[in-house]
Amino acid sequence: MIRFLVGKLAYLIPTFIGITVVAFSFVRLLPGDPVLLMAGERGITPERHAQLTAQLGYDRPVVVQYLDFVMGLFQGDFGTSLATRRPVLGEFFALFPATVELGLCAVILATIIGIPLGVFAAIKRGSVFDQVSMGAALVGYSMPIFWWGLLLIIFFSGMLGWTPVSGRIDLLYFFPNGTGFMLIDSLMSGQSGAFTSALRHLILPSVVLATIPMAVIARQSRSAMLEVLSEDYVRTARAKGMSPFRVVGIHALRNALIPVITTIGLQIGVVMAGAILTETIFSWPGIGKWMIDSISRRDYPSVQGGLLLMAGVVMIVNLLVDLLYGVINPRIRHS
Amino acid sequence: MTTKPATTPGPLREFWFYFSENRGAVIGLCVFALLVFTAVFAPVLAPHSPVHQYRDFFLTPPSWQEGGTSQFLLGTDAVGRDILSRLIFGAQQSLIIGVVVVTIALFGGIILGLISGFFGGWVDAVIMRVMDVILAFPSLLLALVMVAILGPGLMNAMIAIAIVLQPHFARLTRAAVMAEKNKEYVMAARVSGAGKLRLMFKTILPNCVAPLIVQGTLSFSNAVLDAAALGFLGMGAQPPLPEWGTMLAEAREFILRAWWVVTFPGLAILITVLAINLVGDGLRDALDPKLKRS
Repeated sequence: MIRFLVGKLAYLIPTFIGITVVAFSFVRLLPGDPVLLMAGERGITPERHAQLTAQLGYDRPVVVQYLDFVMGLFQGDFGTSLATRRPVLGEFFALFPATVELGLCAVILATIIGIPLGVFAAIKRGSVFDQVSMGAALVGYSMPIFWWGLLLIIFFSGMLGWTPVSGRIDLLYFFPNGTGFMLIDSLMSGQSGAFTSALRHLILPSVVLATIPMAVIARQSRSAMLEVLSEDYVRTARAKGMSPFRVVGIHALRNALIPVITTIGLQIGVVMAGAILTETIFSWPGIGKWMIDSISRRDYPSVQGGLLLMAGVVMIVNLLVDLLYGVINPRIRHS
Repeated sequence: MTTKPATTPGPLREFWFYFSENRGAVIGLCVFALLVFTAVFAPVLAPHSPVHQYRDFFLTPPSWQEGGTSQFLLGTDAVGRDILSRLIFGAQQSLIIGVVVVTIALFGGIILGLISGFFGGWVDAVIMRVMDVILAFPSLLLALVMVAILGPGLMNAMIAIAIVLQPHFARLTRAAVMAEKNKEYVMAARVSGAGKLRLMFKTILPNCVAPLIVQGTLSFSNAVLDAAALGFLGMGAQPPLPEWGTMLAEAREFILRAWWVVTFPGLAILITVLAINLVGDGLRDALDPKLKRS
């Protein structure tokens, strides 16, 4: 297991270096001089320009600048936001819980609906249920989620007035930001109505963000289940006279879920990309919206740091999924 | 379980035999053909110009709703442009996006994958690690940042999306080349003196085409979706170009007042992507020999 872990980690090093190179090059590839960009529209005197260039180290060789950048990363220095003059890392982690809360709810929703849908579709292969649910899954998979979000707002917020249009909670509630997860914080605050308000704000964005992962998980569960159901050991279990419920629920499902777990893990990247759109539509104060705002504000250090951190998060999650896969499937570990 | 016809059919006949068994795929293909038709004949089909602003008809509802007129079948947008005409011309944009993105991604991916799989060693390692790096970023995010560097616009959005989609082609090609390159027919070509380029492009590549076609179809739908998303975020096609995602972005502030400006462009995106994905599923089933046997 240790060898497996070390091997996986070693494999990540070139990717990590590549990600830092991409993020580092980003600011250098931008048209224009970074110091002038930083100065903004007010302009800058030549002396101040030279002073700032030297102070920020832009007059040194690019390789030295890159190494400096990477060393800074290890010390937690991801640069300073041009918009707020605060460290990018701090900004990121202040907003990250909002995205995690939304993303987790979406993945959980996608899993608890997607897996049963796929499994039942496989068991009832060719039935009306199979056709309808797989048709729905294909529609979900093809869905432009930014439009889907707008439609849900029109229907549930505009016509029915059931859910709020934007934000994480109603403005009339105020309590300390303990865990950063609004559902938990509002529950712990003990204020009546706070939790329901947080939940009502969360529900539409979660549904929107869950749509594509749900479709992918349902399709993957169905094909994994179909494959397992045609295995010899399932036929043996049936032949022994085991009840259909036990055959499917205990023998088949456990093996069918192995590839599905990988699929769920791989959806994290999809959720991250989806969060950019979902958070923009619902004005959800997470890192997706922050990235879009930073891009439109031309706050390049924030974009650079955000790019790096989001890729880092996806990388770590993928590593965890790989490890989990190794734990539940010994054949992967030993190959 | 299907029985094969007694006579050996041509490859195209055989392909169609398997493809046409999938009803969804055939429907998808019909819708896609209709879309191509719409795009090609847009100037004839569209009742109005996609950019002309009718000053007396701001946010006119669709013709069947109260206040609508038969002049504007699907209503008008906030500056009085006919939505139906914009949707029809938008089909052109979506097809151009799909074709350009898939062409760039396919071309780049095939060349990188061929080199990687054929030569192996450090060349392979370097190319594949670069592909890993591209895949490590959430695709939409990387495309967004690239557009931020290159400047917003449809062409830059297409380049960015192509770069983001290209690693999938490189990986597929590489895997197929690695599986093929030690087979006897390649050996025979090598022994009879075929050069490296001939081996790569003429001997090996034609045998790796099936998975690339399937991936190409799926990338087509991804390209349409991502370009619409970039347009929606204001980083893709710029107004007044009638691109569906950009239309949605312009419509956002009116969602609670005028449902039609939001509903129709999104529906157009959904139908297009759905049709292409249906075709993709059908192609995969028809071209995948593993599924054919079962």
